[in-house]
Amino acid sequence: MERIRVLIAKVGLDGHDRGAKVLARFLRDAGFEVIYTGLHRTPQEVARAAVDEDVDVVGISLLSGAHIPLVPRVIQYIREYGGNPDEMLILVGGTIPHDDFPKLREAGVDGIFIPGTPISEIIKFIKEELPKKRKGKSK
Amino acid sequence: MNVEEIVEGVISGNRRLLARAITIVENEYPESKELLRKIYPRTGNAHVIGITGFPGVGKSTIVSKLTEEFRRRGKSVGIVAVDPSSPFTGGALLGDRLRLDGADVNKNLWLDEKVFFRSMGSRGRLGGIAKKTGDVIKLLDAAGYEKILVETVGAGQSEIGVLEVADTVVVILMPETGDDIQVNKAGILEIGDIFVINKSDLEGAENVERWLKYMLSLDEETVIELSKLSHADDAKIMQKLKWKKPVLRTIADKGVGIKELANEIERHYEVIKKNGILQEKRREKAKLSAIELAVEEIRSEIIKRYKQLLDKEIDPYTLADKIVKEVLKC
Repeated sequence: MERIRVLIAKVGLDGHDRGAKVLARFLRDAGFEVIYTGLHRTPQEVARAAVDEDVDVVGISLLSGAHIPLVPRVIQYIREYGGNPDEMLILVGGTIPHDDFPKLREAGVDGIFIPGTPISEIIKFIKEELPKKRKGKSK
Repeated sequence: MNVEEIVEGVISGNRRLLARAITIVENEYPESKELLRKIYPRTGNAHVIGITGFPGVGKSTIVSKLTEEFRRRGKSVGIVAVDPSSPFTGGALLGDRLRLDGADVNKNLWLDEKVFFRSMGSRGRLGGIAKKTGDVIKLLDAAGYEKILVETVGAGQSEIGVLEVADTVVVILMPETGDDIQVNKAGILEIGDIFVINKSDLEGAENVERWLKYMLSLDEETVIELSKLSHADDAKIMQKLKWKKPVLRTIADKGVGIKELANEIERHYEVIKKNGILQEKRREKAKLSAIELAVEEIRSEIIKRYKQLLDKEIDPYTLADKIVKEVLKC
């Protein structure tokens, strides 16, 4: 029996995780297995968890404004730890200015969700985009 | 990627391939059986420690502090943490990893090369562990992890599945979880080799300790009495074990009592290694998993083969008799 595994991560100096917890709960109800990292994780810690837990989706929540230095580093470390970020859906949620979207996409981010995004949209995005990513996976 | 490569990777300590192997086993992909068959000869070296108890008693916190303590002693640590899957959607919130922090801020358990943490959803299995938890433990064992901590789902009174996989079972309680009748009920409190009263700085810790010790003293008396009867095999085993179950107090988030707990866990392992109980337990485990695999195969074969029969208007008792007779013939 296959289950989509999602890592919900809080990176850096950012103490606000109400949104991340609500999303984790909704994803649970959508039938996903959701692993929440807790607050104040480093990019290395998030990457290590993503690889060891063999997740399909990495959702990084940031409300600190530090997405430009932190998010690309998560992706870089996933690769360094032997994981393949190209087989995972990398999502970023939080207060991300539109001007930063191209930079994040260039770094390998698949989806960016700003405050006010309906959760159903995120679930729909995962369900539609993940199959395109998983070609490399077994079965 | 073929199975040989994955097996080779698991054995040689490639984390990425270990992580993938666990997914293969957990999702029961077609190559799962071959993978497990190939790693089986490499298993049996790890000490498997089950951590169980009611929800919220501090299982995850104790697991993370124990991990830190075993690392201090130079042991590598694998962790399998199980949380419940929803019976309605199959989804799960796996919230054990987030507590993986030791007391020493200079040591990072998340990035420690000798620590491997894996979260699992129970995926429909009752009993406190997932159907594939035992097989995931085998992978960690083959990968060379010396201590494997298995954290169960927050257990109720009868979730004793951890017995099927653990060499040493630690049952965690906390103050105000019931009285002397509660601790004498059958079920989860019968399976502990070591008892821990966590959050022991809260009021009521003495009561739990007193009741637990009283319960355990009755255990010893009943074992002696019952072992006089010829058919009381379990009682005999317990007497042979000669293990006086310790009751410890911890305040896990502050790291209090963790060293003592690790000492008792090590001592239990030494005792069961010496008196042959470990070997007995492992033989029993191998037997149980063989039976489970066989039953599962037969079950799916029955569903496949007797589909029409199952759809017929016939009472379930007669139908069961029919199927058993046919299956036993072939």
